[in-house]
Amino acid sequence: MAKEGSFEVKVGLAEMLKGGVIMDVMNADQAKIAEDAGAVAVMALERIPALIREEGGIARASDPQMIKDIQKSVSIPVMAKVRIGHFAEAQMLEALEVDFIDESEVLTPADEHNHIWKHDFKVPFVCGCRNLGEALRRIGEGAAMIRTKGEAGSGNIVEAVRHMRQVQTEIKKLTVMGKDELMTFSKEIGAPFSLVEQVAKLGKLPVPNFAAGGVATPADASLMIQLGAETVFVGSGIFMSDDPAPRAKAIVDSVTFFKDADKLVEISTGLKSAMKGLDMSEIPEGERLQERGW
Amino acid sequence: MIGVLALQGNYSKHIEILDKLKISSCEVRYNNQLDEINGLIIPGGESTTMTDIMSRNNFYDKIQLFSQTKPILGTCAGLIMMAKSVLDKRVRPLEILDIEVDRNAYGRQIHSFVNKLPIKLEKDLETISVPFIRAPQITKVGKNVEIISNYNKNPVAVKSGIHMGLSFHPELNNITIFHDFVFIKQFNSKTYAA
Repeated sequence: MAKEGSFEVKVGLAEMLKGGVIMDVMNADQAKIAEDAGAVAVMALERIPALIREEGGIARASDPQMIKDIQKSVSIPVMAKVRIGHFAEAQMLEALEVDFIDESEVLTPADEHNHIWKHDFKVPFVCGCRNLGEALRRIGEGAAMIRTKGEAGSGNIVEAVRHMRQVQTEIKKLTVMGKDELMTFSKEIGAPFSLVEQVAKLGKLPVPNFAAGGVATPADASLMIQLGAETVFVGSGIFMSDDPAPRAKAIVDSVTFFKDADKLVEISTGLKSAMKGLDMSEIPEGERLQERGW
Repeated sequence: MIGVLALQGNYSKHIEILDKLKISSCEVRYNNQLDEINGLIIPGGESTTMTDIMSRNNFYDKIQLFSQTKPILGTCAGLIMMAKSVLDKRVRPLEILDIEVDRNAYGRQIHSFVNKLPIKLEKDLETISVPFIRAPQITKVGKNVEIISNYNKNPVAVKSGIHMGLSFHPELNNITIFHDFVFIKQFNSKTYAA
């Protein structure tokens, strides 16, 4: 009998998205621009992170009608976000048959202690992390893909780099540890022991690891992939720039040709201004989205 | 040397399968690399994305010429790209296999599944368990196309000349028989792929 919704099938879709760009879109027109530019998937949300930051208020899962319109307009996978711990929003997105759910720190958390038990769903989940412990807790709960958080809506790559370097450094440490050291490491980072053992053996996360939060240019995408990301999410970076369609194309190409500096020069030449962005000192600590999630 | 088209998708899993078979491999990102390889794999991913990147980087003529003498194996989006026609006009196929393909024919991701399939590649019938991820369906098959496997009466694995297309993902389950057949066994030569 055909078996739907297994962990294997969930990770399978994450595997197919590698080397492609997942773009935040706010309506069907933007979704079409993204698909035409070569996006591998779109993330449907009512306000991209930079606007959530500007406008404030509670950020919730998107209007079902908007998600349906986007599903109708494109053929690539459609993802959508739910608030951390808001399993009812997730149940609704599953009923809508979105292809991937992002349990995301970009929206206002619904539960300040618990994340969603993602194994209960047939639809795969992606979750953010800042370090290996957070990544493995999310995988333990059933996430089929991990993305480093960065600082969403900042247009600043510095936090994405910090989080990717942190995860990669911890993985490297694990691969040279003796078996007798793994339990204490597991305790220190607050991660399930069986997953710590698995990472020590594999030398990488057991699910695809993408980067998010601050990618604004082809060079940013190249940087994240060279640091170990298997691809990138681009949130505000495209539709907050002066030239969404050419920039979207350029970022798609930069993910394929991430190692080729000559090609990156060619790709980046002639683009208009990237999103303005924020220095981290302009974002008070209490307003940093990356602090959400536990 | 076998190349794996590395414009987008799960090319790295195919390289792992070639490693298991001790076939040397490379990631293909430029059309002139086709001159240096003896076979090509088009992996799973998104066929609209592949259409865009292949068009922008002039891959169509080069792969079509390549296919006249060298074998190509396509899985999922790779199968779509190899088809003669695709029902969705957003995708421009390579027209290497005389088949018509419907994208995402089983529905959205929650309808993706794992299933057991009977496969007849050589003399013996084998049963394998493979994932179908937002998989395409082969809706028409030309007369020179041989069906290797059916699922629910629909062909899901086909062979034509030296080429093969699969709507599922053997590489995700570490299944090596298709790569082994296309790049070694059909040429009766351990050295073809070298």
